Amino acid sequence: MVVPIAYYLVLSAILFSIGVAAFLIKRNIITVFMSIELMLNAVNLTFVAFAHQWHQVSGQIFVFFVMVVAAAEAAVGLAIIIAIFRARNTLNVDQVNLMKL
Amino acid sequence: MAFGMYLVIFFIFGALCIAGALNLLLQRHPINSALSLIVVMTSLAVLYLLLGAEFLAAAQVIVYSGAIMVLFTFVIMLLNAGEEERTRGSRAAYLVGFPGVAALLGLLTYIFLSVRMPLGNAQLGGGTLVTTSDLSRVLFRDLLLPFEVTSILILVAILGAVTLARKEES
Repeated sequence: MVVPIAYYLVLSAILFSIGVAAFLIKRNIITVFMSIELMLNAVNLTFVAFAHQWHQVSGQIFVFFVMVVAAAEAAVGLAIIIAIFRARNTLNVDQVNLMKL
Repeated sequence: MAFGMYLVIFFIFGALCIAGALNLLLQRHPINSALSLIVVMTSLAVLYLLLGAEFLAAAQVIVYSGAIMVLFTFVIMLLNAGEEERTRGSRAAYLVGFPGVAALLGLLTYIFLSVRMPLGNAQLGGGTLVTTSDLSRVLFRDLLLPFEVTSILILVAILGAVTLARKEES
């Protein structure tokens, strides 16, 4: 028996939904950022599954670019988190509610 | 390899993915969440191999589980992030968020399973393995300009990260 493509898509839907749920209920800003990475990974799995199904290379190229952008985003995002921590001494998103101190 | 093996490997690593993602959701300490995210990403690399994407499987391990997650754990340790405080999240997240997530999951699962037959099956062999040379032919010939533009993006990201994380001299 071979694996139906639909199974890969369902797995990626499950991962994406868990990512959305973690984004909504986690209170630590680093964990919120990690759940965004989880959602990006779920979408990447969809791209690879469809690229396999249509025998296209472009789907995998998309995933490559998503990885590059995710790496850049992680570097800038973590720098912003460090700056927030320096300014407010907390990582809880509930306490970061003022634009200016 | 027998085709039954593919299904077994898919279920093992798919279950590992879901378990890691749930662990990310349930753990209260950020370092535990980061480590379970590494499990998710490494299992996804195995699934990419099953789908015939050998370059992406290697890149997933090197870039995601290697570079990005090391950056995350580094920041968690640098900021000495402790256990998450138990605060009541916003009511909107609980009232709208969870039914919304459940509806999204149900809808996507229903659609994918109902078009299961036309989507077909994933099987290796018969020229479906995308080798690194196939990938690089498209990347460095047809898409050379976007590839070079991403290098500028990374340069901007490096400069931005250094500027943001630098200590203020006052």
